[in-house]
Formats: sequence, structure tokens, C-alpha cells
Amino acid sequence: MHITSARRMKNLVEAAIKLLLIASSMVAILSTVGIVASLLFEALRFFGEIPPTDFLFGLEWSPQTAIRADQVGSSGSFGAIPLFAGTMLISAIALIVATPVGLFAAIYLAEYAHVSVRDWVKPILEILAGIPTVVYGFFAALVVAPWLRGTGEAVGFDVSSESALAAGLVMGVMITPLISSLSDDVINAVPQNMRDGSFALGATKSETIRNVVLPAALPGIMGGLLLAASRAIGETMIVVMAAGLAANLTANPLQAVTTVTVQIVTLLTGDQEFDSAKTLAAFALGLMLFVTTLVLNVIALYIVRKYREQYD
Amino acid sequence: MTNSSSNSDIIEAGLARRYRAEKRFRFYGIAAIAIAISFLAVMLIAIGVRGVSAFQQTNVLLTVKFDPQYIDDNDWQGIIKASMREQFPGVGGRRDKRKLYKLMSSGAGFDLQDIYKKDPSLLGQTRAYWLPASDDIDMLMKGAIDRNVVEDDRRVSDREIVWVDRWLADGVIELQFNTRFFTAGDSREPELAGVWGALVGSLLTLAICFALSFPLGIMTAVYLEEFAPKNRWTDLIEVNINNLAAVPSIVFGLLGLAVFLNFFMLPRSAPLVGGMVLALMTLPTIIIAARAALRAVPPSIREAAFGMGASQVQTVMHHVLPLAMPGMLTGTIIGMAQALGESAPLLMIGMVAFIVDIPGSLVDSATVLPVQIYLWADSPERAFSERTAAAIIVLVGFLILMNLVAVIMRRKFERRW
Repeated sequence: MHITSARRMKNLVEAAIKLLLIASSMVAILSTVGIVASLLFEALRFFGEIPPTDFLFGLEWSPQTAIRADQVGSSGSFGAIPLFAGTMLISAIALIVATPVGLFAAIYLAEYAHVSVRDWVKPILEILAGIPTVVYGFFAALVVAPWLRGTGEAVGFDVSSESALAAGLVMGVMITPLISSLSDDVINAVPQNMRDGSFALGATKSETIRNVVLPAALPGIMGGLLLAASRAIGETMIVVMAAGLAANLTANPLQAVTTVTVQIVTLLTGDQEFDSAKTLAAFALGLMLFVTTLVLNVIALYIVRKYREQYD
Repeated sequence: MTNSSSNSDIIEAGLARRYRAEKRFRFYGIAAIAIAISFLAVMLIAIGVRGVSAFQQTNVLLTVKFDPQYIDDNDWQGIIKASMREQFPGVGGRRDKRKLYKLMSSGAGFDLQDIYKKDPSLLGQTRAYWLPASDDIDMLMKGAIDRNVVEDDRRVSDREIVWVDRWLADGVIELQFNTRFFTAGDSREPELAGVWGALVGSLLTLAICFALSFPLGIMTAVYLEEFAPKNRWTDLIEVNINNLAAVPSIVFGLLGLAVFLNFFMLPRSAPLVGGMVLALMTLPTIIIAARAALRAVPPSIREAAFGMGASQVQTVMHHVLPLAMPGMLTGTIIGMAQALGESAPLLMIGMVAFIVDIPGSLVDSATVLPVQIYLWADSPERAFSERTAAAIIVLVGFLILMNLVAVIMRRKFERRW
């Protein structure tokens, strides 16, 4: 009698605890639902005022809304193409910087470096990943941008003080450790007997890496690059501090461009009237950002996972 | 025979080129690492050199009279002005006088007020105190304003330099340790601005973030690792967590704005909301680390507990969780360090306002250290750029501390089974 009632109590407690655990794991799902719902809801309200085609394909971005109805230039234009182009330009510069540096660093660490060197260099590269982005932004705006401007003047180029190049260069350094650590993992996952086979045929180490290891690791490296690209697209502080506000549609890295994240910040840190198209536009931009990075991440995770299964 | 020797000739002929290629390839790797490390070094040194001078502040030993005439009017800056007139009796004319007064910070009067409040018996007496000089004079003393530049291009005029030089000759102006930087909130005047307000804001925000994300993260990890059946539903949760880990941080800010502020009507700029947003952001980091820690506990521990008649919950609570705790805590500290450095989502929920007061509760308006850095970096004054770098030193110092604790914990509690 005693034992059975105690057991019943225990069952009750255990069931309650289990329920609590399940409930807490729901939070992850709830936050995804919350993100999607809030972005969609506000973005739909925005598209009620501005047609989606104007937003997606418009070439002019100047999100002023009228204070008076008869004001000059009162109808703000919400063509987001210059923002997408600016985001792509800066992310492309970042990837051009980070891919060779990150990849070669990973190759050296995985294939050449002595264990003691590796133990020192890897944590130092990880420091780069741990530094807050606002610090990178400060460095880009106060050191790199003036330096680029000065060098440009000396050579005869006209570099804007808020050039895409400065933001892109610094962002490249920021995502370098992401690329190097992911590439390092996949290079290490390539089985040793593939290298041994290549050496036995008389290949040098670099020939083995170029012709055997890298092709085998390529899908994983591509996945890492996609993840890095999604980081670069979503990065906010560096571009807010070092890239411009003016929406220029240009491919010239020496000029100022603006990005999706910069515009979200500028649209939402000023006045907070929540019904104007101006603030709602930030959510439409946020939706674009979320969808783009989500697609990149899903593809990247898929590639990485599929590749891993090959050698396990 | 001739055939094989010609083959080896071909190989020999190519060897030098192939070895050169090998060397070049190796050099690329070293160069890549050198580039990354030297960028890190340049960045840290550049910021360090800029910031160190902000830990000092130019103070002037000023003899002031607590004149009832000014104290009754609550005109504390008037006392400073009277003292300045006495020191430089030759200065006449309104413009020159105004220039003279501007040698001292507009906060010097408030310092006197604080001193007087603590000791009202000072009324009518004359005393000497070290009081803050204005930011321009501070920059001049630190050498950031060049005396040799033409007067019109300089923020400090020749007359002001003459006055400062007289102070220098008298030994009443000097650089002292800048306590105010660590005890004050934000200010429009660089010489009065400090990081304490932002630090307290960061602390409150992190406290909320920890209180939410640590229990939630660990419970989720325990459920997924120890209880969850392998089915579509748990797959969905897992995919969700992996994707949340890669969502741009600014999107979490949009979520906070739309849901916490506009839907639940929580206060803007409050550490409470900031902590909630950061908790959602750090949750995936903590869950992933906690799951790795749980997986590292060998199954034999669980089997032994089951063998003794423990239930599943008892096994987890009494045996698995304590063994996995150091690993979970390490992951949590790293997640907290990320949250401490995060600023983008907090801009969305209004923690970017200009706030002078030190936040006293979770719903007061507050800002956090990285956002304070962002705000100061935007200010045009030369003295603010120095303070921005100094605030970065403080922030990076905290991050190093947190990561160090995590590394030490990992070393100390790491167990190989």
C-alpha cells in the first residue's frame, strides 16, 4: 500500500518534469514562429501600402514620408534594389578577402603546421571571431576608412570616406575565422589513406592537397563559404558604422553604398510611429534578410551534412 | 633501358619546378595566417593606443570660495567663474571672459555642489580642489591638439594656450587618473562621460539573459538528449535550433520590437526586454553546448543508475546532469560573452537612447556597453573618440575575463572517461 502510493507520486512528478522539459524545448519553435509571424505580418501591412513589385524591382530608395500632404517629394520611394546591390557588393568584397585567407590558413594548419604551432594559432584566430562587431565597426570607420582615403588620394583615386571597400575589408577579416575553422574540420575529415595513395604515386604535399584533399573537401568548404556569406549579409554593426546611408546603385567599391541592415537600423532608430510605411519598410527588409540567410543556411547545412556521411 | 632513363630525366627536369611550387604553396599558408594575426594585432594596438589616454583626465587645482551669493542662487558654475576671474584679473571683455570660463568643464560646478552637500559647513570658506578641465584643454594637455598649427585651424586659441601655460608653470594643472570614467553615466561633455551607466545596463541585461536562457537551454538539451524519442517532431526542433543559431542578430531585434514592445507593450529601452531578446539569441549556443556535454557522459553511468533502480528522471537529475554541468556552464559563459558584445538587436528595441542616469531597475531606460561604444563613435569630438577606444578596452577586458574563466573551467573539470 505504502509502496504503491509512493510510486504513484513519483510517476506524477516524473510526468510533470517531462512536460516541463517538452515545454521548454518548445521555446525554440516558438521563437521561429514569432520571427516569421512578426516579419510576415508587418511586411504584409507594408505591401498593402507599397506594391511588392515596386519594392523588389524599384531602383530608387528614399524612404521619406510626408508630414503634410502637399509637400514636395512627399511620396517616399521604396525601391530596394540599391540596398540589395550594396549588400551584395560589401559581402562580395568580404568573401574575396576572407576566402583565400581563411582557406590557406586552414590548409596550413591542417596539413603543414606542427601540433604546437596549431595549438597556438587556432585560439588566436578564434579571438577574431570573439571580438564584438561594434569593435570592428569602430576600427573600420576610424582607422581603415581614413587610411584607404589617404592612400587613394596619394595614388589619384577618389575614395569616399564611407567606402564599401573599408566595410568589406574589415568584414572579410571578421568572417575569416568562420571559413578557416569550418574548412579545417572538413580537411581533417578527409581520410588519411587518400593522402597516402597520392604520396605513393610520387605527388608532393602541395600536389596532394590541390588534387586530392581539396576536391574531396570541396562540398564541405562550399558549405562553409555559404555560411560565411550568410553571416556577411546579416552583419549589422560594421556596415552601420563604416558604410554610408546614401542608397547609391553602383559597383564601384570606392564609393559609399548602403545595405539592408543599415537601412533597418536607420528606419527604426529614429521616430517610432508604427504605422508609417517608413517603419513597416524595415520589416519588409527584415523579411528579405531572414529568407535569404535562411535559404543560404539550409543549403549549407544540407551540403555539409551530406558530405560528412560519405566518409564516416 | 633508354626509355626508362628518359622517363626519369623528365621527372628530374620537373623536380625543381615542383619543389618551388611546393614552397610557394606553403608560403601562401603562412602568409594567410600572418595576415589574419597581424590584422588582429594592428586592430588591438590601434585601439589600445587611442584608448589608454582616456584613463587620464586633465584636472586643475582651483581655489574656490563657497560664496553664499552664488550658493543661494544655486549658481555653482558662478563660483568657478569668480575664481577664474581672480586668477586672471587682466582678462576683460565678454568674449575673452567667456573663453576663460570655457577652460573649465561645465561639470566642475556640479563637483562643487556635491562637495558642499556633503559638508555644508564650507559655506563662506575658501578651499582648493582638483576640478576637471574642458575636453579641449584635456586634448591640448594630451598632445592631441597641435600647438604649432595655425590658430584658425586649432580648437584652442593662442590666448587659451597662454592661460594653460601659466597654470603649467604654477603646477596647478595636471593629468590625473580618470575615476569619473568608471563612475559616471553618459554625458554630452566628453570629460564628464563615463561607462558606469552602460556597464550596469549590460549587467542587468545579462542577468535577465542568463536567468532565461540557462534553464531553458539546459532543459531543452536534457529533453532532446535524454528523453525525446527519435521522430519527426524532435527532428523539427533540432533543425529549428540549428537555423536559429544562424539567423542574423538584427532579426531578433525586429522580433523583440514587434512582439515584446508592440504586442506585449513592455517598456522601451529596458534591460528586461534587452535580456529577453538576447536570451532567444543565445539559446541555440547554450543548447548546442549543453547537448555536447550530455553526450560526453558515458552510457555506463546511466546504466549503473538504472541498475540500482533509479527512474529516468532520477538518473538524469542525480547522475548525468551533475557530471555534465561543468561543460554546460562553459558553454553558457561563452554564450553570455557573445551576448555581452551584441548590439544590433538592442538598437531595435530602443536601448540606443541618450541616458545620463545609472539604471536602477530592470524596467528603467538603459543602454549597454557595446551600444555606448556605438553612440560615442558617432560623436564628432576628438575627446569622444578617445573615450570610445577606452570603452572598447573595458569591453574587451570583460570578454577576455569571461573566456578565461571558461577555459580554466574546461581545463579543471574536463574528464576523460
